[in-house]
Amino acid sequence: MIIRLEGVEKSFGTQKVLNGIDLSIPEGRTTVIVGASGQGKSVLIKHMLGLLRADCGRVLVNGLDIAAMNKKQLKETRTKFGVLFQGAALFDSITVFDNVALPLRERTHMTKIQIRKKVLEKLSLLDLDGVDQKYPAQLSGGMKKRVGLARALVLEPRIVFLDEPTTGLDVKRSQEIYRLFHRTQAQFGYTAVIVSHDAPKIFKLADYIALIADKKIQGCLSPEDFQLSDNPYIKAFVEETMGSIYISGTDRS
Amino acid sequence: MKWLEELGANIIELVAQMGRMTVFLLRCICNLLIPPYNLSHIMQQIHFIGAASVFVIIFTGAFTGMVLGLQGYYSLSQFGSEAALGSAVGLSLIRELGPVLTALMVTGRAGSAICAEIGIMRNSEQIDALECMAIDPFRYLMVPKFLAGIICLPLLTSIFDVVGILGGFVVGVNLLGVNEGSYFHGMYKSVVWKDIYMGLVKSLCFGILIIWICASKGFFLHLEKSGGFGAEGVSRATTSAVVLSSVSILVWDYLITSMML
Repeated sequence: MIIRLEGVEKSFGTQKVLNGIDLSIPEGRTTVIVGASGQGKSVLIKHMLGLLRADCGRVLVNGLDIAAMNKKQLKETRTKFGVLFQGAALFDSITVFDNVALPLRERTHMTKIQIRKKVLEKLSLLDLDGVDQKYPAQLSGGMKKRVGLARALVLEPRIVFLDEPTTGLDVKRSQEIYRLFHRTQAQFGYTAVIVSHDAPKIFKLADYIALIADKKIQGCLSPEDFQLSDNPYIKAFVEETMGSIYISGTDRS
Repeated sequence: MKWLEELGANIIELVAQMGRMTVFLLRCICNLLIPPYNLSHIMQQIHFIGAASVFVIIFTGAFTGMVLGLQGYYSLSQFGSEAALGSAVGLSLIRELGPVLTALMVTGRAGSAICAEIGIMRNSEQIDALECMAIDPFRYLMVPKFLAGIICLPLLTSIFDVVGILGGFVVGVNLLGVNEGSYFHGMYKSVVWKDIYMGLVKSLCFGILIIWICASKGFFLHLEKSGGFGAEGVSRATTSAVVLSSVSILVWDYLITSMML
């Protein structure tokens, strides 16, 4: 397991958001975390990234507790991460090229020519040829997400986190993001953690699906097992998102 | 008893905020002391904080000097001491008005923009993105701003002083007829190195103070008790940063003056 969460609890003021989260993310696979809005999916991903600290419990990345890491260890761990944020989080005062080049300039000793080659290569991989001199404000929502994905992938990370990668996009653009994700994962073989509410479409990409409900992970199962699970929360989620055809054998009888 | 709860909550929030800001300053200082520095980012910030403020500083400096010339002349002429106008204008500008008014102008022009910029970066997860890319936001965002503040404030203060002295000269000598020689000779006799040193120390401290308060207000926008979200949150944080910086400049001005006199 490349990431493991053990009994993670988190509250904001008096509001408890996570209450004893246990979850394992297997290496080289795609784990999709689903759940209704406001269930703490983004909060959960921020714990894995070390942006939030759990009130209780541990988040282990490669066996090391992320909250106990020193600055150097945290930096080393994060060099293996690539993140696509919900709103893409592009730096709006610099161009698309500079956005994608930023991790290369700050974290590697590559020359300007090498950086240019790498950035253009990644932009091309994500069908973004010719937009490198544009500013984020001049791009559509789908293009911003693709630039965000290009930036997340530019250092060829081992783990890629995608927080609601298709939020605000129409069906066509969402399919495009999924297609590009599939293409890049096949090429680089990274572990993917996707937070999404785009069920059932997202199930096609998933090796494992985890449902967060009632502040807990209700199960982390393969898509087939997930659809046939007897857990009441999972059953309700499947019925809600896929219709009553996908219910467990016990119920059908 | 509700008022007591609110009072307690406000005190706890105030202490937490002071703690956060102190840790913020210490992290900035630690990063400031460790090279290498990104020269292009520092130059960009020097341009933004320094070069882009020159016009405002010249304008303010000129009119401050002219008002000092007028007021000084009418006050001194009652005692027949018009010849001391140069000393009065020079000392007032170099020791007090130059550093303080320059700092207030920079707070209004650059400090507010810094707070809004960092606040928007916080709200749109750009700072989180930097951390996830293993790029230290203190090193990447704050160090160039602090260095630019430290370099620019003394330079802008010097420009303010020179333009202010010339403004006082135009009004005192050209309009009111004070002797040109006595204006500059009086200033030359009364302004000593300690006055210039005090003015520069003040402007250096104000440079750090402005960037510290404005940048930290933006950086901790999401932790604001009054809610730091959206455009309204950024606007509230910017207003609070400008007010706090301006008040702090005046308080620090008194403290530094009392320590150095």
